[in-house]
Amino acid sequence: MTKRYWQKDIETISRRSLEDLQVKRLRSVFSRLYRTVPNFQSKCRESGVKPSDIESLKDIVKIPFTTSEDLRGGYPDGLLAVSRDKAVRLHTSSGTTGKPKALFFTKKDINQSADLIARCLTMTGTGSGDVLQNMMTYGLFTGAMVMHYGAEKVGALVIPAGPGSTERQVALMKDFGTTAVHILPSYALYIATFMARHGMDPRKDLSLKRAYMGAEPYSEKTRQKIESIYGIDVYNCYGLTEMNGPGVAFDCMERSGLHLWEDQFILEIIDPATGQQLPDGEQGELVLTTLCREAMPIMRYRTRDITRVKPGKCPCGRTHRRISRILGRTDDMFIIRGVNIFPQQIENVLMGIRGVAQNYQIVLESLDDITIRVEIASDMFDGNIERLLAIKKEIIEKVRSSVLVRPDVELLEPGTLPVADGKAKRVIDERTL
Amino acid sequence: MEKVQQLSIFAENRPGRLEKITRVLGENGINILATAIVSTNGFGVIKFMVDKCDLALAKLREAGFTVSLSEVLAIEMKDKPGGLHDVVQILSEKGVNIENASVYVAESRKRAYLLVEVKDIEKAKQQLKNSGLTFLGAKQQAPA
Repeated sequence: MTKRYWQKDIETISRRSLEDLQVKRLRSVFSRLYRTVPNFQSKCRESGVKPSDIESLKDIVKIPFTTSEDLRGGYPDGLLAVSRDKAVRLHTSSGTTGKPKALFFTKKDINQSADLIARCLTMTGTGSGDVLQNMMTYGLFTGAMVMHYGAEKVGALVIPAGPGSTERQVALMKDFGTTAVHILPSYALYIATFMARHGMDPRKDLSLKRAYMGAEPYSEKTRQKIESIYGIDVYNCYGLTEMNGPGVAFDCMERSGLHLWEDQFILEIIDPATGQQLPDGEQGELVLTTLCREAMPIMRYRTRDITRVKPGKCPCGRTHRRISRILGRTDDMFIIRGVNIFPQQIENVLMGIRGVAQNYQIVLESLDDITIRVEIASDMFDGNIERLLAIKKEIIEKVRSSVLVRPDVELLEPGTLPVADGKAKRVIDERTL
Repeated sequence: MEKVQQLSIFAENRPGRLEKITRVLGENGINILATAIVSTNGFGVIKFMVDKCDLALAKLREAGFTVSLSEVLAIEMKDKPGGLHDVVQILSEKGVNIENASVYVAESRKRAYLLVEVKDIEKAKQQLKNSGLTFLGAKQQAPA
């Protein structure tokens, strides 16, 4: 029988023991950070909080938030909590503006993050005998490296393919019988298009069983589309460089929410406007605190990712709470005619319409108008222009009923929009306000 | 009644699209027999009857175009005044509705064909069985 748990005791720990462990770890990491990082200590002094104030989990709200600006401000090593020679790896998280965020990891940190991935892979059926093709970017970005170490840990054969070179990716998958891929959703869609164009069928020509996807927001409909094109199971993977990279939260086989490893992170959902904690079930910004990290512990990090905690127990037996798929980024939301819209809402509509391909863009030209540029699916094209006009009309009507704004729609030839070795850029804001 | 096939290519309305399509056909030695362009605001569908359908389909797909191949009726017309009218009159009498049409001139001033797209080709074939019309076949579409 295949192994179900990587670290059964901790994965199925009782809520009570888990919370005791969290308090113990929080107190310890907070006081260490307070002692060793002067920047942090002065910030805490301003907020009037000191280590002895933290007695229960509820007291976490006394600790000030850490923002990405704080991490940039600490660049290169102002937030390091160990001496620099204890760190064995450096990752950075790219900023679109200004300085990057630098993250250091000790040997223990590397090992812990690999263990979290090992939990995730084991819980989704990947282990010895599997071939995992890792198509994320190796390098300063955490995505590929952290997955790589964890996959080796469970005994899978890892192909460190990195992204791009689609022809070679397909050849590797075929020649080595790849059973699992770690890949960006937009790139998975691109490979499918590529294979179709070259007369290949992913269901017949590959041995894939599952895909791990994260790093860019994508909708449930996109997941279903990828699952049906490839004939595989797609598991959501959530992580961010500031919190080790992938493996912070992960779908189990139930795929009804991502278990967030609460022995290593404290999870809060807050109202992004007020900073107040929200109860389980309510949608808000995810805030994370590292409990076990040595080199760079981070308190109450504002991830800017919008999600909610799914209440209730998971049949898989794991007690760590689940979050829903990332519903959007606080930065990605845009406002048209006074309506708050996340790109994922539009994506969800598009992916449910037959005849629409995977790639789309949302162009904002004014405060009132939104243009959706979408590629048509080449296998649906039968030469009939009325059919195309009907698809266009269907998009307009379904988007309007979903987000309450009537869009303009441009149908494009497949392959027109830029893709996607990296993150696809979905919203083009041309407004000059 | 033999099969005559037509390529349909989806194209955005922007400069250079038709030029790129005709280049692919030209470079691969594919001869265009008839052309029609159906266009709307933003995009259009370009229709070609060519001599090497399968090759054209493969090469255009390779070049990244969205292409489909469909069957059309190719009805012989006399190249004389009233030639088109005679054919259309029969189609109308038999209840065949024309979705799209173009003309293939096989021999200038001698032989021409009306290429007709219909919704249901099998039904149209039945309707035109004893109409007296003459149809072009696949052999005549292929290069000599």
